Amino acid sequence: MSVLTNPQLWASTLAMTVPLALPAIGGTFSERAGVVNIAMEGIMLMGAFFGVAFSYWTGSAWLGLVFGVLMGGLLAAVFAWAAIRLAADQVVLGMAVNIFASGLTAFLLNTLFGYEGTPPDTPPLPFVSLPWLGPVFSHQSVLLYVMFAIVALSHWFLFHTRIGLRIRAVGENPLAADTAGLNVWRLRYAGVIVGGMLSALGGVYLSIGILNSFDVGMTNGRGFIALAAMIFGKWTPVGSFLASLLFGFSTALGIALQGQGVSPDLLSMIPYVLTILALTGLVGRSTPPAADGIPYTPIR
Amino acid sequence: MTPVLATALAILIGAAIAYILGFDPFVAYGALLTGAFGNTMAISSTLAGAVPLALAGLGVSVAFRAGLFNIGAEGQYWIGVIAAVWFGYHLTGWPGWLHTLVCVVAAAVAGGLWGGLIPGLAKAYRGAHEVITTMMMSYIAIYFGQYLIAAGGPMHAPGYNAQSYPIRQDAWLTVLVPPQLTTAVFFALGTAVAVWWVMFHTTVGFRLRTVGANARAARYAGILVPAYTVLALGLSGLLAGLAGGVQVLALDHRLMWGFNTGYGYTAIVVALLARNHPFGVLLAAVFFSALSTGGQNMQMVSQLPSSLTDVLTGLIVFFVAAERMVPLAIAWYRRRRGVRVQVAAAGEGGREA
Repeated sequence: MSVLTNPQLWASTLAMTVPLALPAIGGTFSERAGVVNIAMEGIMLMGAFFGVAFSYWTGSAWLGLVFGVLMGGLLAAVFAWAAIRLAADQVVLGMAVNIFASGLTAFLLNTLFGYEGTPPDTPPLPFVSLPWLGPVFSHQSVLLYVMFAIVALSHWFLFHTRIGLRIRAVGENPLAADTAGLNVWRLRYAGVIVGGMLSALGGVYLSIGILNSFDVGMTNGRGFIALAAMIFGKWTPVGSFLASLLFGFSTALGIALQGQGVSPDLLSMIPYVLTILALTGLVGRSTPPAADGIPYTPIR
Repeated sequence: MTPVLATALAILIGAAIAYILGFDPFVAYGALLTGAFGNTMAISSTLAGAVPLALAGLGVSVAFRAGLFNIGAEGQYWIGVIAAVWFGYHLTGWPGWLHTLVCVVAAAVAGGLWGGLIPGLAKAYRGAHEVITTMMMSYIAIYFGQYLIAAGGPMHAPGYNAQSYPIRQDAWLTVLVPPQLTTAVFFALGTAVAVWWVMFHTTVGFRLRTVGANARAARYAGILVPAYTVLALGLSGLLAGLAGGVQVLALDHRLMWGFNTGYGYTAIVVALLARNHPFGVLLAAVFFSALSTGGQNMQMVSQLPSSLTDVLTGLIVFFVAAERMVPLAIAWYRRRRGVRVQVAAAGEGGREA
């Protein structure tokens, strides 16, 4: 029980939530617009690598963040073009993006920075403490606070603005949306690219948010846990965040209980087991947007 | 885009990247080729690496044929490894060939249950998309394997390393060409023939393909679509599990830490590139195994990081998926040429006037 009252556990839960919630919300944007996105892992890697690279080259972690997010957005745009304009299989494309990004970032790491890794004097993003909120909010990455804002903003954007409604409409029934005069393709591009930028921000968090370096494959499957969080969160920003919080907690708990007879590996299974249960309707049924994954040809 | 064109385009782009970064693409690709096929040892390693890719690739292709995307071959592969290793060190006093057989069958059955039972039933009766469920089951399998061999885990062998007890030597597959090529290669060839025969020359195969081509038509034709969904994912998992079992009996002989080798992921690429044809799978498996063994040599000889081969793989998959790039490019080219022809005609008309 003392484990649960230790503020360190909750601080690390929050720290583990950020790189899950951001790509999970990113995926939500993409899938709400009707494009299945399993490419969060690869897009995160792009954000992580270019975040570090540009932070080092420009000497500013904030510029690193901007370029990391832009590079993630660029890769998402190419993915979106093939998925929307070329009507290619979105799952296969997502795989291609993941393989490509993991290869490209490893390749560029070694060709641009050698085999010793990224330079140790790369500036990281600042850490922020809010002492009046207690020890849980001490020395957290500034992106943790940004994440809270993004959760709220995404919810407002998707469910309380006209353009949010339109994005959801093209993910549910693109023909009806098209008939009503909406530009289905443009809205889908918007969903995928904005989602890609959010995923990339999750990668930036890993590389210059909590560290100041890039490692090959440093996302370590978080893009897929984020996918699980998105589904368990029923394709909503707030749900994605809460699921990420739960999954972040199970990871943090695994670390806290290390060497105490509880297998961290068994705890690591929780997100995946819960997702299967949610999809089969055993724990609150999760249903994807109706047109998720189906390419659309506009009526002309 | 056809797989051959996609591969050629990716190789060209890779050469351009290497050239821009100041490497000689001919030296790099030459080293890749010799590293993969340059001598008996290289060929032995390349073919040995192709075996699990071919078996798991056959698995993925069977699911694809039935219209299902088994993205979790990696997990089924590891479940196969776990089952083979478990029987491999628990059984004593069995004749070698029978011991091997038991391990192989156990691996296949375990993989089949892992892929077919939960994702298959979830898809058939609850509509849960198999892409997500097989992927989730894959991670569960990997963490399960890590749990088994971690300190305190049920298969953990005493010692500092996280690894299981070794499979008894009597069950190991025989080395044919050192260092790596074993009788495992016969499993890959035999399975490819078996899959080809089942898919194209039996009623079951015909029904599986019918479900894949048009599930609604299949239902009206009286095919029990849910049953064939479970069967397709089960067969798919069975073959991926077989890949794991055969590979561990051939090479590692135990479940080890850091065992995440990615055969199951590459198997998807293999199936895609082969357009799901069993014999194409064999070719594609050799190709991707060659990329990976040759890539090591490329890095040693030309200093070009072997991760370039992943970039190539990603591009190949992208191009194969984005097949409409070709008609789009042709249309674009024709439009441009058409404009030029019109301009020229207008110019001539002007002169005549």
